[in-house]
Amino acid sequence: METLRRTLLRHWLWLAVNLGALWPLAQLLWDVWAGRLSVNPIADLTTRTGQAAIILLLLTLAVTPLQILGWRQVTVVRKSLGLWAFFYASVHLLIFVGLDYGFNLDFILRDGLPQKPYIVAGLAAFLILVPLALTSTRGWMKRLGRRWKQLHRWIYLAAGLAVVHYLWVAKIDLGRPALYAVLLLLLLAVRVPGIRRVLANRRRRRPALHAGSSATRPHPRDARKPVR
Amino acid sequence: MVPIRPSEITPEHVYLNRRKFMAGAGALAGAVALAACGPSLPTTGEGATAAEAAPEAAAAASAVPLEDLPPALAHAEPFASQQTDELGDPLNAYDEITHYNNYYEFTTDKQGVARLAEKFHSRPWTVKVGGLVNNPKTYDVDDLLRKFPQEERIYRLRCVEAWSMVIPWVGFPLAELLKEVEPKSEARFVRFRSIFRPDEMPGQQARWLEWPYTEGLRLDEAMHPLTILATGMYGKLLVNANGAPLRLVVPWKYGFKSIKAIVEIDLVEKMPVSTWMAAAPNEYGFYANVNPNVDHSRWSQATERRVGELGRRETLMFNGYEEEVAHLYDGMDLRANF
Repeated sequence: METLRRTLLRHWLWLAVNLGALWPLAQLLWDVWAGRLSVNPIADLTTRTGQAAIILLLLTLAVTPLQILGWRQVTVVRKSLGLWAFFYASVHLLIFVGLDYGFNLDFILRDGLPQKPYIVAGLAAFLILVPLALTSTRGWMKRLGRRWKQLHRWIYLAAGLAVVHYLWVAKIDLGRPALYAVLLLLLLAVRVPGIRRVLANRRRRRPALHAGSSATRPHPRDARKPVR
Repeated sequence: MVPIRPSEITPEHVYLNRRKFMAGAGALAGAVALAACGPSLPTTGEGATAAEAAPEAAAAASAVPLEDLPPALAHAEPFASQQTDELGDPLNAYDEITHYNNYYEFTTDKQGVARLAEKFHSRPWTVKVGGLVNNPKTYDVDDLLRKFPQEERIYRLRCVEAWSMVIPWVGFPLAELLKEVEPKSEARFVRFRSIFRPDEMPGQQARWLEWPYTEGLRLDEAMHPLTILATGMYGKLLVNANGAPLRLVVPWKYGFKSIKAIVEIDLVEKMPVSTWMAAAPNEYGFYANVNPNVDHSRWSQATERRVGELGRRETLMFNGYEEEVAHLYDGMDLRANF
C-alpha cells in the first residue's frame, strides 16, 4: 500500500496529464451520446478535435520554458503531451476525410482541397507530426542519437502551421486563433538563446525560494554552458 | 447532376399547393405538424424558455395574437404544407433552423444566437422605404404583413461556409413593396440596412464587422419573383434568431446576402458596399451568387454539407435556381463579379 502511494505520488504529474488529455475526447463522446452537438455535428467534431490538437501542441512546447523557469520534473510529461497532440490531429484528419467527405476521393479532389491554403497548412502540420510520433520511443531516441533532437525540433514548424491553418479557416472572428498564435510566439521566444539565458539567470539568483529542492540543482546541460 | 425540373420550381406552385391544402385541412394542419415534429420542439416562436427569461420580449411578440395574423403565419405549431423542397429533399426541422444561426449582431457562435436573441425586441417595428422613389413610406411591420399576401416559399439556403438547409419561409415578394414606392428611373440598386442596437445585440459591441449591417441587390435582382421579404418561417412569425421581424431571402445567393432585422430600404444609383465586402473585399463580392465553379479564396464551394446529413453533396449552380435567375447574369464574368 505504501509503495503504491509512493508510486502514485511520484507519477501524479504523468497521471494527471494523461487523464487531462483524455478529457476533450471524453467530453466529445459524452456530447455525441447525449445529442448535445449542434445540428452540424461534423463541424463541431472537426473544430473541437482541432482545438484539442493545437492546445496540446502548445502544452508540449510549454515544457521547455517551464524547465527553464526551474520546474525540472515537468520533463516526464513531454512525450505524453506530444503523443496526445498527434492523437487529436489524427482524429481531426480522420473526421475530415472519413465523416465529412465519406472517403470520397472524387469529392475531395473536386473541392480542390489539395490546393486550398488552409488544407495544405493543416496537412503539412500533420505529416510533420507523423515521424515525430513514430520516433517518440526510447529505442528510436538511442538509434538516432543527436539527430533525434534535430528531428524533433520540427515540432516548431508543425505548431506554426497548425496555428496558421486555424487562422486561415476563420471567417472574421480571429480571437481564438490569434490567442494561440500569440502563445506560440511567446513559447518560441523563450527558446531564443539570449532570452533563455536571462530567464535561467533570474531563477538562479533566487535560490532561497527552492532551497533544498531538486529544482535548484543546475541541469547538467546548463552546467556545461558558460553563463554570462 | 441532380435532375432539376424547372416546372416544379415556380413559387406559385408551392403557394397554390399550400392554399389547396389549407382549404381542405385547416383544422387538421396543426395536429399533423405537431405529430410530425414531435414534442421536443419549443412550443412557441420565442421558445418556451423565452417567456421565463425575458417576459417583456415574449409579451412583445405575443402582442400579435394568432387570430390577427394572415393564415400563412397563424400557426401555433411549426407548419409547412410540404415536407420536401421541389427537388425532393426534406425540410430541416424547425428546431434546427431556429438554433443554428449565423447572426454576428449577437455572436459568432451559431448555437449561442438563439439564447442571446431572446431579449431582442422585434415589436414595435417600422421599416423606412425611401431613396430614389416617388412615394417614400414608413411601414409598421404588422401592417406590412397584412397589406401584402403572405405565402409559403420552400427554399434552400446555402451558407458561404458550405453548409445548407431547406427552409419553409413565409413572406412576400420584395417586388410588391418596391412597386408601391415607385422607384425613379435613375434607381439601379436597392440598399438594405439592419437595426443598430448594441445594447440588445452584444455582437454589435465588437468591431469584427461594420455596423449596422448593410446589404444590396441590383434592382432587377430585387424585383425577381424569387426574392422575398420573409416575415415568418414554418407558418409562424420569425423568431429573433432568424432575423425577426423582417428579413430578406434571396435563395440563389449565399446566406449572408439575406440581411436580417431590416429597418431601412433605400433605392440608390450606385452599387452599395455591403458589410462583408467592406470586411474582406477579395473574399466576399457584391453578387455572392451560389456558384460551385467559383471558390471562396480560402475554401472550395463545389460541395456542401446539408444540415442533418452525413457526408457531402454537390452544390448546384445558383443553388438550384439556375433556370429562373441565370438570365440576370447573361454576359457577365461570374469570376470577376463573384
